[in-house]
Amino acid sequence: MLKVVENAVPVACWSCSVAHNESTLFCPDCSKIQPPSSGDYFSVFGLTPRLNIDLLALEREFHRLSRSLHPDRFARASENEKEWSLADTALLNDAYRTLKDPLRRTEYLLKLQGAEMDASAADDKDRKNPSRVPADLLEEVFDLNMQLEEMRMAWKMGQEDPELKESLLKAKGKFEGLVGAVDCDLRAQWAIWDAGDAAARQTALHAMVALVDRRRYLSNLVRDVTAILGD
Amino acid sequence: MAEAERAVVVGIDLGTTNSLVAYMEGDRPVVIPGVDGSNLVPSVVALDPMPASGGRPTVTVGNSARKALIETPERVIYSVKRLMGRDLEEVRAELKFFPFRLAGDIEAGEVPRIQLGELRFTPPEISAYILRQLKRNAERFFGTPVAQAVITVPAYFNDAQRQATKDAGRMAGLDVLRLVNEPTAAALAYGLDRAKEGTIAVYDLGGGTFDISILKLCDGIFEVQSTNGDTHLGGDDIDNLLLTVALDEIYAEHGVDLRAHPGAVQALRKAAIDAKIRLSTERAAQFDIELPNGDRYQREIPRAVFELLVEPMLKRTAGPCKQALADAGMTPEQIDEVVLVGGSTRIPAVRALVDDLFRLSARGKKPHTELNPDEVVALGAAVQAGILAGASKTTDDMLLLDVTPLSLGIEALGGTVARIIQRNSTIPASATEHFTTGVDGQTNVAIHVLQGERELAADCRSLARFDLKGIPPMAAGLPRIEVRFLIDADGILQVSAREQRSGKASQIEVKPTYGLTDEQVENMILDSFDHAEEDFSRRLLIEARNEADAILAAVRRAPQNPAWNELSAEEQAAIAVARDRLVLVIQGSDLNAISQAMVALDKATRHFAELMMDAAVSSAIRGKTMNDAGKEVDETVTAPHAMAPAEFK
Repeated sequence: MLKVVENAVPVACWSCSVAHNESTLFCPDCSKIQPPSSGDYFSVFGLTPRLNIDLLALEREFHRLSRSLHPDRFARASENEKEWSLADTALLNDAYRTLKDPLRRTEYLLKLQGAEMDASAADDKDRKNPSRVPADLLEEVFDLNMQLEEMRMAWKMGQEDPELKESLLKAKGKFEGLVGAVDCDLRAQWAIWDAGDAAARQTALHAMVALVDRRRYLSNLVRDVTAILGD
Repeated sequence: MAEAERAVVVGIDLGTTNSLVAYMEGDRPVVIPGVDGSNLVPSVVALDPMPASGGRPTVTVGNSARKALIETPERVIYSVKRLMGRDLEEVRAELKFFPFRLAGDIEAGEVPRIQLGELRFTPPEISAYILRQLKRNAERFFGTPVAQAVITVPAYFNDAQRQATKDAGRMAGLDVLRLVNEPTAAALAYGLDRAKEGTIAVYDLGGGTFDISILKLCDGIFEVQSTNGDTHLGGDDIDNLLLTVALDEIYAEHGVDLRAHPGAVQALRKAAIDAKIRLSTERAAQFDIELPNGDRYQREIPRAVFELLVEPMLKRTAGPCKQALADAGMTPEQIDEVVLVGGSTRIPAVRALVDDLFRLSARGKKPHTELNPDEVVALGAAVQAGILAGASKTTDDMLLLDVTPLSLGIEALGGTVARIIQRNSTIPASATEHFTTGVDGQTNVAIHVLQGERELAADCRSLARFDLKGIPPMAAGLPRIEVRFLIDADGILQVSAREQRSGKASQIEVKPTYGLTDEQVENMILDSFDHAEEDFSRRLLIEARNEADAILAAVRRAPQNPAWNELSAEEQAAIAVARDRLVLVIQGSDLNAISQAMVALDKATRHFAELMMDAAVSSAIRGKTMNDAGKEVDETVTAPHAMAPAEFK
């Protein structure tokens, strides 16, 4: 079950020796499958990095590529072709999974552009640290955390507190609304990034990093509230 | 076309209770019957008595092994699928449900061994015997060697269970081209004849496991959206429930604790299974059993009572269904079709639950049950075999895109899990992680890989501990080891590593610490497979003669059995005629004639075999035989039983 990674990526086709672009999964000349490319997820679908994507077209292309790359098509091929089919299909699936989801797509593009993402924002231990809380929400987050703690205590004691529950439901609605607002803002930045020049892109990039952080923070809160209410 | 390209690829359903082999006959999948004419081969393996001349005893599989369960229970094993890919601790937990012996001197981390008579076997070896029987059935059917197969596994099987299944294939002399998830296989079998668009849910409640899968069908592409399940939920649990109720009542009403007679428990279980099956078609079923003290235990179970009993158990399938819908981002109303798979979906209460979960009758829909739920998985495996073989126009346009059922993670600081591949990711899928050293000059890094959805490593299934060895000695934190995790199309993890700072890619050795090693599998490959192809027809002939000899020996002993006298004179005469015919043809070398004579003799003796089974079962209830069965079973014996009638009438 273990394999050692081969480093070399030939630019000449292994079968017909015709040179081809490294990111092509099939030789344009003889149509034989090629080792996985070093290109990004966008290039797998023949796209340049962008944020607004036609999801129907993406799915069609995913199906088309799956039909020709999938290991099922190489059950009787040479060992090399089998291995490339496996690696190419894994790349295709990873790419599709990332690009079809708006948030994953945004995060991937930000990483690709070298933006520093703050992974610790997702960390539970760090969340109650006041410096991590978005400044405009300090008070509400403080209240919410108090209520969550009370709710946990109530559960432990086996008590029902309809009033507290009502208030948490309200808070959940509010924070869900805030997540929606972030998504809206993100989409606006997508358009700027996709159409803008280098300077506009740089500004949009910074805005999106902040928005993605904020969104992650908010959806973790919503998740916590949902978990407590669902118990 | 080269010979190798024309070789047939078969599809195999390696089930907990029964196994089947099927192939594509043109555009249609067809199940290949065994020598006794039955499509189902019970997943039961028996070790024949030690030959007086020494050497290894032979192994029998299927119906004949099932008969040995009564006479020599210590040499028989069934439901071995429950032990596949399990470590010692997990198997110990299963032993509660199993009247079988484990070799005592196995250390933690080793693959458990099952003691059968004087020999011991790993679970993959036992499965290999079942696979070899199916392979032989197919070879007899085609008259040519069969070396390539697709094998199905429960969708919720983890990495180790999948690897064990593949190992079993290799031991049986099969090149396993693909492992396919059972519910997905069922969807393929159904997808052949229906409109090729829409979303379907496959509800698969089998003997030991429950799976739910949601698929999107689009122009021949079967794209699994989500899957969920419970590997410890199935028809076995219903049997256990009925058995427990009966045992309690017998104790309360007659003061008899049948648990002291494991053989009697097995026989009572058979009665419970019969009752369960009858309740799918009738309003009530009866128990009528003679107890060791001469009393009779008589009880009628109305269907309403049965449904009340099993309701909590059946409800446990609702959670996975709802989770699968949520993961697919769908509501029940968005499911166009529901397909029912597995023998337990014959229970009316199960159908009612499915109807409610997916709001079927409210939408004027009915679940699909057109294909035999015992055969549909094997038929689907044959379709996938056809896809891989590229053999048919029907399957050329079909492609299956399946998902990994469980998230893959690695243990991080503080015993938490860092998830690297999410559940329901389309496979093959991959993730790359970077590791470094914590001490100057450190040359090893250990990685703990887990499968599961819980936050803490201790709550997830430990998949493997990988040792990265041969890291060039550097200052702490300086090495940059890139580890690539790849889940292949079989759902099995591959791990590769390279050190980037020094570029010594191939120096990093990745060593998993579970399951059988390649060398072990190599040594367990069942004998007598490596016959050259020219030997093939000779081998088939020898095998058929051996099989015929075994049947004839059993028939010769028959008149000594009390059950023989219950046969009519006509039946006895018919057996004699069929026996003489077989004696005659095994002298010759006409394989077909021998096969036909065996089928005829099997048919002629079927009633006798049933009488013998009944006699053995009732003597077991009276505590006269089988007292050895399940010596190690604990107080609450709840073994799944292999004596369930293979077919429903």
